[in-house]
Amino acid sequence: MIETPKKYMNPYLAGFFLGFVLLATIYISGRGLGASGALKSVVMQTVQSVTPSHAESVDYYKKYADQHPDGPLKSWLFFEVIGVIIGAFLSAVISNRVSLKLEKGVGVKNSTRIAAAIFGGALFGFGSQIARGCTSGSALSGMAVMSFGGIITMLSIFGMAYALAFFFRKLWINKAN
Amino acid sequence: MAPLVPHIISNEFNFILAIIIGIGFGFALEQAGFGSTKKLVGLFYGYDFTVLKVFMTAGVTAMVGVILLNHMELLDVSIIYINPTFLWAALIGGGIMGGGFIIGGFCPGTSVCAAATGKVDGMAFVFGAILGVFAFGESFPLIKDMYYAENWGDLLVFEMMGLSREVFGLIMVIGATVIFILVQKIENRVNGKKVPWLKSDVKKYSVAVGLAIVVIVLTMITPTRGELMHQRIEESLVSNAADIKTMDADKLAYELMHQYYQYNVIDVRSKEAFEKFHIPTAINVPLNELNKQENRYLLQQNIKTNVFYGDDVDNAKRALLISKYYGKAENAALSASANDFNVQFFQIAEQNAPATKDEMNTYNFRVDAATKLTEIAKAVANLDKPVVKKVSRVKGGCS
Repeated sequence: MIETPKKYMNPYLAGFFLGFVLLATIYISGRGLGASGALKSVVMQTVQSVTPSHAESVDYYKKYADQHPDGPLKSWLFFEVIGVIIGAFLSAVISNRVSLKLEKGVGVKNSTRIAAAIFGGALFGFGSQIARGCTSGSALSGMAVMSFGGIITMLSIFGMAYALAFFFRKLWINKAN
Repeated sequence: MAPLVPHIISNEFNFILAIIIGIGFGFALEQAGFGSTKKLVGLFYGYDFTVLKVFMTAGVTAMVGVILLNHMELLDVSIIYINPTFLWAALIGGGIMGGGFIIGGFCPGTSVCAAATGKVDGMAFVFGAILGVFAFGESFPLIKDMYYAENWGDLLVFEMMGLSREVFGLIMVIGATVIFILVQKIENRVNGKKVPWLKSDVKKYSVAVGLAIVVIVLTMITPTRGELMHQRIEESLVSNAADIKTMDADKLAYELMHQYYQYNVIDVRSKEAFEKFHIPTAINVPLNELNKQENRYLLQQNIKTNVFYGDDVDNAKRALLISKYYGKAENAALSASANDFNVQFFQIAEQNAPATKDEMNTYNFRVDAATKLTEIAKAVANLDKPVVKKVSRVKGGCS
């Protein structure tokens, strides 16, 4: 018997739960959640390991290394994202949602989807560094502590995505729709 | 008072907590459906607003929680991390991220979730994001000026709008509710579904929203713990109800001469007044800063006796009551003002010569005390200086 994936949680309940996790984070650590910071740690570690001379000579990497004397991977967000991987996996296991697959819009080629995901990821990674945080670190956490910068980042992310949605509709919704 | 890091929980243990918090974060994201790219982008085509619902609910929940914890003085909002505002960086970075969102179908957090549950597109997005971060590092010199431009600091949105934290919270709760109703209508229309408003659902959501509003309104009309404490202190000063141990100037001088190390003499006046004159060996903690996190250690230690003095005896008593409120140190209020002490010991030469033998003894004691205390203060100046403890803002953010 193949078990069917369970339904997703009520979005408001999931949001409430997520809000509580965020509140606990602020209460315990005085800081918000994040995701892109962990990717940055990975990049920094990679650069330091692969081309130490490059890491030494470029100001940007040097500054980061000075701020993280114990190594880039010893950062709060890196550990948090390890937790995210575990938590998401556990959640998917109990809801029968673990499967190796490629999700895409109807009629989109696999190669197109992969290329779009990599390109979109690159844009997101690049943008998150400029804005000093992504949807989690800047928009969501910023909103919780009512940071002006966080809230305009959020508006900017969603505003631009809406503005571009029409042009990329073929990636997601069938023409018939 | 929270945040618990680094004074209550060590930075090392914080990493373990980070994993636990991350598990909760990942679990919530996956349960909400954020591991599925089609659910995520649904928001932009109107067929599924889950992202918006989860995101707004989470943000507002945490916001209301922060308001409540701040009001109960369980969380020190002046030291939690506030995402700094760099106007251009926020707008341009946000715009680029928006493009990444609609093309790639994820954001970094959700792509990690998707990758963890086996979605190949999620893995591709993570890989792309890493490339993007690397590209930023390589091109940093080119965008450096924009990156640092228009630094508005730790700006809070309600301050900018001239509102209080609570009023802004209220606006957000009501605004989010309106948005939820609107997007539900859009979602139903796009999907061509007629979903009736279930009475039980309406009731359930009304209770949730009502609860959030009640919490915020309560924080607006009830006094904070600090206000309550000051109110009680004033009451007990008027009614003389509290048990206040006082110490007179001669006794303090005697004690300091013989065992200064048993006492923390705390001057609760302003810094300027303290610099002009202070009792030898005293340290300065202005009255309104006494309850701050960095000064609590004085009130909570139980090795030395705290002796408070100020512009008048009432302020010394106030300080003593604050100290009692927060800790269990031995406390005493000096029954003389700073000025009285100064006159009594250090300007004694200008006074009338003593008439009786008793007065002569007191006179001699005070002259002696003045020189001895000054000597002691000099001798211990470098030994006993309190370590300047600075509670600084927590470092956070995605950097």
